[in-house]
Amino acid sequence: MSVCESVENSSENPSFARRWLAIVGRCSIGVTRSFLGKIGSVFLLLAEATQIAFKGFFLPGHKLGKEALFFQMVRVGIKAIPIVILIQMAIGMILPLQMYPKLAEFGQADQIATINAIAGFRELGPLMTAIILSGFAGASIAAELGTMVTSEEIEALEASALNPVRFLVVPRLLATVLMTVMLTVIADVVMVFSGVLTGMKLGLDPDTYYQMSVSAVNLTGFVTGLVKAAVYGTLIGLIACHLGLSVKPWQGSEGVGQATTNTVVYSIVAIVISAAIFTMIFYSYGLFN
Amino acid sequence: MTEKTDPSPILIISELVKSFSNQRVLDGINLEVYPGEIMVIMGGSGCGKSTLLRHIIGSIAPDSGSIKLFGQEMTTLDDKALNAIRKRFGILFQSGALFNSLTIGDNIALILKEHTNLDATTIEIMVKIKLELVNLREHADKMPAMISGGMKKRAGLARAIALDPKILFYDEPSAGLDPVTSAQIDQLIIDLTKKLHVTSVVVTHEMDSAFTIADRMCMLDKGKVLKVGTRQEFEWLRDSDPADCPSEQDRLIRQFLRGDAEGPITERKLTSDYEEDLLMASLKHEK
Ligand SMILES: Nc1ncnc2c1ncn2[C@@H]1O[C@H](COP(=O)(O)OP(=O)(O)OP(=O)(O)O)[C@@H](O)[C@H]1O
Ligand SMILES: [Mg+2]
Repeated sequence: MSVCESVENSSENPSFARRWLAIVGRCSIGVTRSFLGKIGSVFLLLAEATQIAFKGFFLPGHKLGKEALFFQMVRVGIKAIPIVILIQMAIGMILPLQMYPKLAEFGQADQIATINAIAGFRELGPLMTAIILSGFAGASIAAELGTMVTSEEIEALEASALNPVRFLVVPRLLATVLMTVMLTVIADVVMVFSGVLTGMKLGLDPDTYYQMSVSAVNLTGFVTGLVKAAVYGTLIGLIACHLGLSVKPWQGSEGVGQATTNTVVYSIVAIVISAAIFTMIFYSYGLFN
Repeated sequence: MTEKTDPSPILIISELVKSFSNQRVLDGINLEVYPGEIMVIMGGSGCGKSTLLRHIIGSIAPDSGSIKLFGQEMTTLDDKALNAIRKRFGILFQSGALFNSLTIGDNIALILKEHTNLDATTIEIMVKIKLELVNLREHADKMPAMISGGMKKRAGLARAIALDPKILFYDEPSAGLDPVTSAQIDQLIIDLTKKLHVTSVVVTHEMDSAFTIADRMCMLDKGKVLKVGTRQEFEWLRDSDPADCPSEQDRLIRQFLRGDAEGPITERKLTSDYEEDLLMASLKHEK
């Protein structure tokens, strides 16, 4: 390529670059708008579901469907219990083993209990539970609702004057929230238990370990963990219901598959981002002391 | 006919237009249905019959035009008013559209539980009555996935009549049914209409069934209403000599009614851009 040519090319470049810039700009505006639109409709869904749930709880004549709620809780949570236990056993072992050599060097091996308990109750209990449930609960809810769209069940519900949000979203959302919180309690306990076992293996006194764990986690720590779990559960339930119901009838099984995958991916992203936000807020309000 | 003397139609569709992306599926539909009559809607596959029903029940909003059901404009109602109307009609979807997580019996019980104050015993009895009407009483405890396509359709019909609606919409009620069951469904539609004064709007391809049940018939083509008339008018058209049908339109309907392989509908397909399409395909791969 001669110099002359390349100069000519570069003189062409601005318009070329501008065109690309315009394309990129338009795309990102489009993406941003559709992203904001999605967030907006997720929050609308939350608003409607909350309103219906409140009416169901407090106003006479509005049915909530406790059987449906119970059924969904079993479906969403029970199968996930063994996995939660397995994973928290592993994490309750990994953390102390990783910490032990360094802490022992400073003569602080006892502190393993404190670290393990704080990490578990405040962060890893809710986080791991939510990530497991985004697979267990989120994916299955999205697949179920998506299939209901493609088999015209949603349309049939509406044509029968039955509101899909009340019938399908509210029990699933409530069940996901409640089960995330309950499984988090299990996850917390399992992690401490696994820590005690690991500590014993490392030659620490189980009684001291237990005492230190208990004193490390105060009520605030425990409750903030559960609040986090509730928020993660809400995110999973909302994302799953929204994406499931957004499947279009003509998308068929491919649309259902996509909704399922997206639910897991979006849920995990949303959970981790909100975990970071929580940590920043709690840190700046000094809730960590 | 007595229906025609009734001054006020129960359903009035006027100038209904709907496009999906670039395809105009409904192109100015006008139709009136009178209380107590059975209106049969016919038309080729994909001509927009199901789409028309979806508009009437308020699941899709049209681009323009109006639908008046029970004297109320469906296209502008809010959710609450729409749901009040939805309790007064029943619809049988083309696929049956049963709630797959519930048994056949519970599919019907759910509607009764939610929309009536009946106690559990009465609901159970009502469910049995509705299922007996469609010959499914012994299958009440089966899940939808466990029953055949024809049974699903009948179960869907039982659910559609759960609340004793004043008007019923059927999307191909007898497609895929054996002749006896199909005749039973026809008889059921007639019984509901004549004994309980229910109005029926039936989309169907089965000409035997159409001529058995219809009071009036309506032929759709390319998103427009080709002809609305009494059953007798359509019977005359079907049995007429081609020479007696001067207009292209009448010959087209005649071919559809008789199910002839040759006629204007087939000619229309042949004169489409088939050759051009083939030519384009070969050119595309030459490059
Ligand atoms: N939601 C939609 N989005 C895009 N196109 C659609 C949609 N629904 C229907 N169509 C198109 O509209 C046309 C009419 O569909 P419709 O289901 O109403 O036909 P139909 O007359 O009921 O056919 P059949 O007799 O086979 O049931 C079809 O070409 C279909 O592809
Ligand atoms: Mg159809």
